[in-house]
Amino acid sequence: MEAVLFYALAAVTLISGVFVVFLRRPVHNVLFMILTMIGLACLFILLHAEFLAMVQIIVYAGAIMVLFLFVIMLLNLDEIVMPPEHRRVRYGIGIVLAMMLVVFLIPVSRGMLSAPPTGASALPAGMTNTEIIARELFTTYLLPFEIASVLLLAAIVGTVIIGKRPTR
Amino acid sequence: MVDVQHYLVVSAALFSLGVIGVMFRRNLIVILMSLELMLNAVNLSFVAFSRYLGSIEGQIFVLFVMVVAAAEVAVGLAIAVAIFRQKGTINVNEINIMKW
Repeated sequence: MEAVLFYALAAVTLISGVFVVFLRRPVHNVLFMILTMIGLACLFILLHAEFLAMVQIIVYAGAIMVLFLFVIMLLNLDEIVMPPEHRRVRYGIGIVLAMMLVVFLIPVSRGMLSAPPTGASALPAGMTNTEIIARELFTTYLLPFEIASVLLLAAIVGTVIIGKRPTR
Repeated sequence: MVDVQHYLVVSAALFSLGVIGVMFRRNLIVILMSLELMLNAVNLSFVAFSRYLGSIEGQIFVLFVMVVAAAEVAVGLAIAVAIFRQKGTINVNEINIMKW
């Protein structure tokens, strides 16, 4: 059952990933990106990371992709005709390089897994996923958490400064 | 029971798709989206390792990666809008002010 779900979700995620990269119109890219995000969220649920699955849907599919859609509508990208990319050789080189990257990444990840897992039962039983994450985040990782909030503040300020029209 | 290699293969394939998109598309918006795809592939392998090693740190790191991705997208899209205002295009072949 789990294997069937995994293969179906992986197929959905990868196929919509292919569409994200290769479709012509940006709106279609964004819609398939949302499908990819939802597939990844379901994979997170299969991995028993429920909190991250919800965050994935809310933050990525809900916020970031809407931001992309806003910008595409704002710029009227669908009316701008991009020149056709007729360089087959370049595409061929890219696909071959990407295949080589895959072939390189798989043995690396296999080699890392030859060591037996340590601390496989480190997670306390009887606590939900969210509770464990919150406990770790607000004790051990409190300083990185605060730094992340400062980073977000800096991003807000930077976006407003870049995005406003120059006044003269 | 699906073991962790399967998740890592999916993650590697998604990452490579993102690499293709970044290197071979000319549309700035699509390039940003491919970057997101790569970050998400890394998130997937973080969560898979977190499950495999029975430790929660991988999921914490995914949260931080999401924070960085959100900040990056906001600033990147603002830059795209600014470039479009100035040059009227977001084709990266025509954005060559900083090339020498």
